[in-house]
Amino acid sequence: MFAGTPFELNRVMLIRLLVVAVLILIFWLNTRKMKLVPTRGQAAFEFITGFVRDNIVIGTLGEKDGKRFMPILMTIFFVTIGMNLTGVIPGLQIAGTSVIGLPLIMSAIAYVLFIYAGVRKFGLRYFKNALILPGLNPIMAGFLAVLEFLSTFILRPVTLTLRLLMNMVAGHMLLVLCFVATDFFFFTVLADGNPLGLLGVGTFAFGLAFTVLELFVAALQAYVITILAAIYIQMALAEEH
Amino acid sequence: MLNAFVSEAAGETPSLLLPALPDLIWGSLAFLVVFVFLIWKALPRLNAALDARADAIEGGLKRAEEAQAGAQEALEQYNTQLAEARAAAAGIRDQAREDAKTIRAELVEAAHAEAARVLTNAQTQIEAERMSALASLRAEVGALAIDLASGVIGENLNDKRSNDIVDRFIADLEASESAAAKAKA
Repeated sequence: MFAGTPFELNRVMLIRLLVVAVLILIFWLNTRKMKLVPTRGQAAFEFITGFVRDNIVIGTLGEKDGKRFMPILMTIFFVTIGMNLTGVIPGLQIAGTSVIGLPLIMSAIAYVLFIYAGVRKFGLRYFKNALILPGLNPIMAGFLAVLEFLSTFILRPVTLTLRLLMNMVAGHMLLVLCFVATDFFFFTVLADGNPLGLLGVGTFAFGLAFTVLELFVAALQAYVITILAAIYIQMALAEEH
Repeated sequence: MLNAFVSEAAGETPSLLLPALPDLIWGSLAFLVVFVFLIWKALPRLNAALDARADAIEGGLKRAEEAQAGAQEALEQYNTQLAEARAAAAGIRDQAREDAKTIRAELVEAAHAEAARVLTNAQTQIEAERMSALASLRAEVGALAIDLASGVIGENLNDKRSNDIVDRFIADLEASESAAAKAKA
């Protein structure tokens, strides 16, 4: 679809659009008629959103700043978890975050957010706060400033991107490896009459185990990227380093 | 074989780390759509629901407190009224006792007065009757004395005769009395 244009849609892009549609549907349906006394579905929905809201965002940033950054952090969490989960959903079986674009975008957003938060609060003094540690002689301070610059302004977005991307890519490759191997052992080796093909039972079992693991990783990585973004903002807002 | 998976996982870009333009565009779009929807609809609704619940809980507590305060006030009012009623009842009882005492005293006095009056009347009557009895007795004794004297004068005065006269007088007296009784009968 739209092949050759910048709007070219491949399998991962289509999966992303599907995830967006499903996310919006979930949020729309669950917030449409919210009751004072929650039904079971509403309680489950409130449990998940409440977890992100209270444990990740407000727990890290506090009540006031947490509310400021709530929408964007919640979006990061739910987009990530939605895109991650497609890695184990039959028929989709590739995570929307297993191509670098989306992890890169979200890391860039987190990067811009924490610099914005710092500059908004301290002005240009934010960069001085972030780089120069008080109470050191100028040579050490200069040396550490370079290290701080590397870790804060270069490594943070890179690690944020690669952690998510590589988790998803590795998970996908593991699953593909296990299931393709199973297919190969059963339908090529065993079909030729070679009993070595029974190894396919083992690779299938590993595939199942890794699927369960991927479910866990999908949730964990969404949690990690959200809480790291929140922590970066919190560090930028903190008075002292 | 593995290379094929890698290129598939990388969305058909040759490099895993260099983003393709469609990847960035669709990724941004996906993120933006969810972000806008969360800001526009989902979060306000969610926050409204949470606020409404917090409000309901706090409001409920407040209402309960108010109700309790009201009940306390009513209880105090009731106690006050009860005390007032008791005081009023005690007052009425004392008043009644007082009234009863007064009434009894009046009755006793009236009875005494009545008794005194009756006594006085009786004494007066008795005195009057005694007077009239005395008067009639005097008249009768006079007449008897005259009868006796005339009888004494008409006869010789020896002992035997005077005795006879006296006996006769008494007999006459008895006879006249019985005659009078006969005449009355």
